[in-house]
Amino acid sequence: MKSRIEYFNRPAPIGESGDKYTREHVMKLIIAPGITAKHYWRDIWHYRELIYFLAWRDIAVRYKQTAVGVLWALIRPALTMLIFVAFRRLVALPAGDVPDAILVFAAVLPWQFFSGAFVEAASSLLGNANLVSKIYFPRLIIPLASVFTSVVDFAITLGLLAVLLLWYWFLPGWQIFLMPVFLLIAFGLALGTGLFLAALNVEYRDFRYIVPFIVQLGLFVSPIAFSTSDVPAEWRTIYALNPMVGIIDGFRWSLLGGRVVLMPETILISVVETALVLMLGVWYFRRMEHSFADKI
Amino acid sequence: MSDIAIKIEGLGKKYRIRHQRPERYTTLRDVMTDKVRNLFSPRREPGAPPTVEDFWALRDVCFEIGRGEVVGIIGRNGAGKSTLLKVISRITEPNEGRIELEGRISSMLEVGTGFHPELTGRENIYLNGAILGMRHAEIKRQFDEIVAFADVENFLDTPVKRFSSGMYLRLAFAVAAHLQTEILIVDEVLAVGDAEFQRKCLGKMSEVAQAGRTVLFVSHNMGAIRRLTRRCILLEQGRVKMDGPVQDAIEVYLTQATEGLESGVFIRENLRPADRPFFVNRVTTRRELGGDPVNQFDCDHSFFIHIEYSATRSIPGLFGYLIFQRSDGTIVYEGDTQDAGADPLNGLVAGSGTLTVEVPARVFGPGTYQILLSFLSGLDSSGPHVDEPGIVGEFELNDTKTTRGNRRRGFVSTILNWTLRRAAE
Repeated sequence: MKSRIEYFNRPAPIGESGDKYTREHVMKLIIAPGITAKHYWRDIWHYRELIYFLAWRDIAVRYKQTAVGVLWALIRPALTMLIFVAFRRLVALPAGDVPDAILVFAAVLPWQFFSGAFVEAASSLLGNANLVSKIYFPRLIIPLASVFTSVVDFAITLGLLAVLLLWYWFLPGWQIFLMPVFLLIAFGLALGTGLFLAALNVEYRDFRYIVPFIVQLGLFVSPIAFSTSDVPAEWRTIYALNPMVGIIDGFRWSLLGGRVVLMPETILISVVETALVLMLGVWYFRRMEHSFADKI
Repeated sequence: MSDIAIKIEGLGKKYRIRHQRPERYTTLRDVMTDKVRNLFSPRREPGAPPTVEDFWALRDVCFEIGRGEVVGIIGRNGAGKSTLLKVISRITEPNEGRIELEGRISSMLEVGTGFHPELTGRENIYLNGAILGMRHAEIKRQFDEIVAFADVENFLDTPVKRFSSGMYLRLAFAVAAHLQTEILIVDEVLAVGDAEFQRKCLGKMSEVAQAGRTVLFVSHNMGAIRRLTRRCILLEQGRVKMDGPVQDAIEVYLTQATEGLESGVFIRENLRPADRPFFVNRVTTRRELGGDPVNQFDCDHSFFIHIEYSATRSIPGLFGYLIFQRSDGTIVYEGDTQDAGADPLNGLVAGSGTLTVEVPARVFGPGTYQILLSFLSGLDSSGPHVDEPGIVGEFELNDTKTTRGNRRRGFVSTILNWTLRRAAE
């Protein structure tokens, strides 16, 4: 009789995997100072739907009550591209066999993605302070979701690129299939730097003012209006220390096919730097994470 | 597999209080100037107050909660209830001790966290569910049930910013109430909403409790605590003061809450924290405006509640909230400074002063009442809870003029007009 009562008192099975969740498998959790959750990465996996929902929320909300809506995702990169094309004409940079608009847009694309993702990720924790102080989930989800939001923007901008390519009747080569690789590097760089600054932002609000400055500076020191090959050869290695150089070069190369030279060393520098920044970002974020709720 | 769902040993949580800095976060400038200052005077001169002080919000907390048990947590404001729930639900890390949890845990510390005003009801159900840790499939399965409970069928595709506050609360509670975890942590969610909503929530809560799940429940509403729980943990200054049957714990809590209030004077024990823009220092009850503090009054005389405060600035949207309750927790009166229209607190400026409430004669019936006071603001940047002193007084009313006198039952002593009219012949 007793066992029957126990049976009825058991909580209802949970979710789709409820059947897995028998009494023998009840999760045991230990909370103590210094023990950051052992199953952190598994937790993130468990909350993967939340990444989707947060990104979806940011996108759904962004263009509410705007007149042209999602067109904003196209207007900004288009204008940026026009400004840089005008700049090229002004300083009379020699036109190659690639139309200026495509040459510039191939760089605006990754730059907009990186800067958008970086800025959003850096301010994401503060923007979601109410969640951080009231609900538990791995905090890494928040900046991660904001980087994914920028991936969606990137996808929309790709449509504009397609229009440009059709307009100029410009056909990319097989190299275009390597574009996701460079997107992935940009993703890693944006996430790494974003995590670092998001954590710093919780403690020191100064970084709210530093982030726009970094982005502004980055726009000038990245090869957007010009190509890396326009940089004097003896300066190129130092120039390539900016991780965006390799990423932008890679994008250009994959889009414009063989028509620009690919410098593998710049890409290698970008990959190494991205890996370092990502590790540092995750490490710092996780170190600070347990005190976010108290400080935010 | 043991029958213990929550086991807490020597739990402690410490906060740093910075006395000179009003902000919770620091700026780089502060760190740098501190470093420079320390460079020149590495040792603080003796006698100078420390700038950083440790404050233990929880200390040596130990208890065990069995599987399927429903336990209430009570205590005064600042006793550590919310901190305890935050530590158990992993929002913040403890500084010492350890907690063992068996089973999935979810917490409802605030109704509607994560709701986005621009999104529709339907969208918010999914979003909020995901934030609370539900799987998409899980939400989908319970969607109809959630909607039915919240009673918002016709507004599913309306942005929640167009919802009435009642609808908003119902929907938010409905999502949270359908979490299917073994352990559920609930903070003061019943403090909001109208009576109908509270009744519904309470019903849902007892349903949850009867379903064999482990529930930890914080409330100031003794009626709800009594109805939902059999065991209660009383916290006082971050420590477990009592752990026992609900009736005993409530009794200890309510006597403790009014300790030292016999003379009609309530003095705040702790000093004003640096980050509080508004703080109640002392509350007294008096017969006349300039009279001495007392706590015995006559039903036929009006009396005054004097609230002495200090403020560092004006606070947008500030209002005061007042409750008179009987010693068993029954609320007799509830009101706020905005009841009469213009809020006198709109005129608040930096400095100290008094806020006075006049309680008219022949309203409340004879008996003992407790005064519960809090100051809130929906607009201020420092958050909604501006200052919540809690139980600030106890007074006794005597009915001496009428023959029924103190034997009068009920809560009201208003004298009604009885008229006799003879029918025309």
